[in-house]
Amino acid sequence: MSDLPLLNVIWYMLVGILFTGYAILDGFDLGVGSLHLFTKSDDERRLMLNSIGPVWDGNEVWLVTGGGALFAAFPVVYATVFSGFYMAFMLLLVALIFRGVAIEFRSKLPMPWWRQMWDIGFSAGSVLSALLIGVAIGNIASGVPLDAQHEFAGSFFGLLKPYPLLVGVTTVALFAMHGGIYAVMKTEGELHDKLRSWAQRCIVVFVLLYVTVSVATFLYVPHMTDVLRNYPWLFIIVVANILAIANIPRALRRGNDFHAFLSSCAAMLALMTLFGIGMFPNMVRSLPNPEHSLTLVNAASSQKTLVIMLIVAVIGIPLVLTYTFIIYRIFRGKVKISPLSY
Amino acid sequence: MDVLTLARVQFAFTIAFHYLFPPLSIGLGLILVIMEGAFLKTGKAVYHQMARYWTRVFGLIFAIGVATGIVMEFEFGTNWATYSRYVGDVFGSALAAEGIFAFFLESGFLALLLFGWDRVGPKLHFFSTCMVALGAHFSAVWIIVANSWQQTPAGYHLVGQGGATRAEITDFWGMVFNPSSMDRLEHTVCGAWQAGAWMVVSVSAWYLLKGRHLEFARRSLQIGLAVALISSSIQLVTGHESAIGVGRNQPAKLAAFEALYKTGPASLYLFGWVDEKGQQVRFGLEVPRMLSYLIYGDPNQPVTGLDAFAPGDRPPVNLVFQMYHAMVAIGGGLIALALFSTVQWWRGKLFEQRWLLMLLVASVLGPQLANQLGWASAEVGRQPWIVYGLLRTSDALSKVVGSGAIVSSLILFSAVYALLFAVFVFLLNHKIQHGPEEPDLVPLEPFSQEPRADV
Ligand code: HDD
Ligand code: HEM
Ligand code: HEM
Repeated sequence: MSDLPLLNVIWYMLVGILFTGYAILDGFDLGVGSLHLFTKSDDERRLMLNSIGPVWDGNEVWLVTGGGALFAAFPVVYATVFSGFYMAFMLLLVALIFRGVAIEFRSKLPMPWWRQMWDIGFSAGSVLSALLIGVAIGNIASGVPLDAQHEFAGSFFGLLKPYPLLVGVTTVALFAMHGGIYAVMKTEGELHDKLRSWAQRCIVVFVLLYVTVSVATFLYVPHMTDVLRNYPWLFIIVVANILAIANIPRALRRGNDFHAFLSSCAAMLALMTLFGIGMFPNMVRSLPNPEHSLTLVNAASSQKTLVIMLIVAVIGIPLVLTYTFIIYRIFRGKVKISPLSY
Repeated sequence: MDVLTLARVQFAFTIAFHYLFPPLSIGLGLILVIMEGAFLKTGKAVYHQMARYWTRVFGLIFAIGVATGIVMEFEFGTNWATYSRYVGDVFGSALAAEGIFAFFLESGFLALLLFGWDRVGPKLHFFSTCMVALGAHFSAVWIIVANSWQQTPAGYHLVGQGGATRAEITDFWGMVFNPSSMDRLEHTVCGAWQAGAWMVVSVSAWYLLKGRHLEFARRSLQIGLAVALISSSIQLVTGHESAIGVGRNQPAKLAAFEALYKTGPASLYLFGWVDEKGQQVRFGLEVPRMLSYLIYGDPNQPVTGLDAFAPGDRPPVNLVFQMYHAMVAIGGGLIALALFSTVQWWRGKLFEQRWLLMLLVASVLGPQLANQLGWASAEVGRQPWIVYGLLRTSDALSKVVGSGAIVSSLILFSAVYALLFAVFVFLLNHKIQHGPEEPDLVPLEPFSQEPRADV
């Protein structure tokens, strides 16, 4: 690690932090979306939407900014991944569009068919987004074919191998659990109790899938776990992850919904960290020719740009965190239906 | 069609669609600040009602702006991978700055703007409105800087060779203040103000024609028309500045704007049809030596014509000529309309002239058309370069994306955007028919709790 340029390592971490922020924040929006159709009455659905109403757009900006930061700091990764995964990303974009506009459109007219239509758009968009994000992560972890010019040399259907699909499904379950807990925290009464039992079921599903993915990773994607073999102390993160996950049902049972949510956030942080250190210093692993992999050195912008961007980040990120915090504070507490809400 | 054409069509279609909405958000953002400011200052209930009504419209427009913007963020990588590698060092930083400085600001405070009426006091709410408007303007800043850099590159050097050449920043501020960025920023922001202003004018004029919500409509019209008058006038000045800059930095583009084939003292056409084979303008009305005068302040100064460029380095002439002239004509028309309506208002006759009100109802289309035409002239006029003078559009493609993939995504987006547009127009129309809410005359708690500043 000592022979890697410091700025590149910093940017590897910063891009990672932006995408982790996205996963944790938009993760609960997408999760609320995947549980949305299980609620039946119009009021319940409005409550679900209102729980994420003021924040989902800001959460999505983490993706936008992560994309911009990737473009600026590692343009080769940006170019290779987005052109290589062309159709997958087009589908992701359409899914995100439907998820977003459905929230806005749904409440504008009272007809049940209208609302049902956008409810389906919202939910399908959320599930599909989560799935595609997971499949992308799974592919990047397991490796994709790259040629000597670092261009993607595979096909769309080549991306749908079992391991990435498994990661995709696990991501759907993870987001559903995370969103479920968030919704439990934001609601009260009957809906609250229903959500609690759904969240508990999501936890079971997620844990089963997570164990399967871990085993599959050890067996089929051994390079992701090399770092754990070489630096056994990093198992602390694995342990922290397991403790965080284990704490979720415990906190829920005690009625401490906020702690359950924090634990779920911590588990996602740990998962993203494991992914980050497993990839390090690669950004896209090439298979079958590992020498064509994109790393945080050969894919990066000039040192000058990395410095400029670092200044931008140092000024910008504290501002962003400040008003994100203020806005979450202003909108804290249980949601109710009011003339202002959806 | 070949991959290049398809990729261009797909990109042009998605960005043109995105650009229907941001100008409205930027312009309405400014107008919301004025309306809510007027409420805080005067305490008149009607201003509160106006702010509430236009905020709802803003929310609808913003949602589609965001949804279509996400597409743009990733399309450089999907469609133009070679370009992305080439410009990432420069272009990426502007795009990332946009995310950090503009989008977070806008989307964060939008939550308070839309849902915060009953949670925060009036001053904090007004502050949020200002921040949303500021954020919208910031998004224009960074993206225009990025686009202007590709029109007039500055503050960079080239490293690497052949297919691996890339531009690297040497001077950040040189990159930001490249020769065209400030002129174009001013001009684009004005265009956005016009989009918002004429929309408010149009809806208000419609209520006046129908005899509904009169008080609300008169005051909205007043604010909208004032902003329209100011911004349409500045539009002419900044457009003129842009044209001078184009003449200096992108001579082939200016030559195409005015279909100037031979270098020499040049005239200005008010309209015409370019015969590209015969290399002349037919059925045109020209003002002799006017172009030389406008660009250099001297009617005899020669202007570079298309003869100075190899045929392979020229943009399509007639298309660019027509789009550019249509924009300028619309610009002139909007100035005339704004001036005339203001004079009629001042003479107290505006509300009696139904034909004028009808014209005002249609006015909303003007800035939208001009904005689209202006961008298309600027971008098609830049051809065959994607980064002016450095990288050709044909070399900038994603090598791994085939025409099949682009056709599929084009069909997908055409279908999705057609649906979005239909729903948008339907909901907007529904909102307009429904009109402002009466309960909005009474501010919600705690918006009303704190004592007002100076009533
Ligand atoms: C309401 C919209 C609107 C209106 C009425 C006008 N424009 Fe415009 N124009 C734009 C909206 C616009 C724009 C969309 O903002 C463009 C596209 C790219 C850009 O930088 O600004 C533009 C580009 C643009 C360019 C090209 C800049 C470049 O390629 O870098 C020139 C020379 C002008 N305009 C000149 C004018 C003149 C002389 C007008 C007469 C009043 C005028 N425009 C009206
Ligand atoms: C400010 C941000 C923008 C950037 C960075 C940008 C960049 C680009 C790029 C990379 C291309 C493709 C390559 C090419 O054909 O040269 C392009 C083409 C195009 N863009 Fe833009 N664009 C921007 C804004 C817009 C807007 C707002 C519009 C329209 C409303 C627009 C209209 C077009 C059109 C019509 C083309 C196709 C031109 C042609 O292929 O002949 N652009 N732009
Ligand atoms: C090709 C270039 C462009 C890209 C990559 C792009 C990207 C984006 C993205 C990602 C968003 C969503 C932000 C969010 O989630 O809040 C957005 C919205 C927005 N964009 Fe663009 N954009 C482009 C062109 C433009 C242009 C030319 C302008 C204005 C001159 C503009 C102004 C805005 C504004 C004001 C918004 C806020 C949403 C709205 O108000 O409608 N964008 N853009």
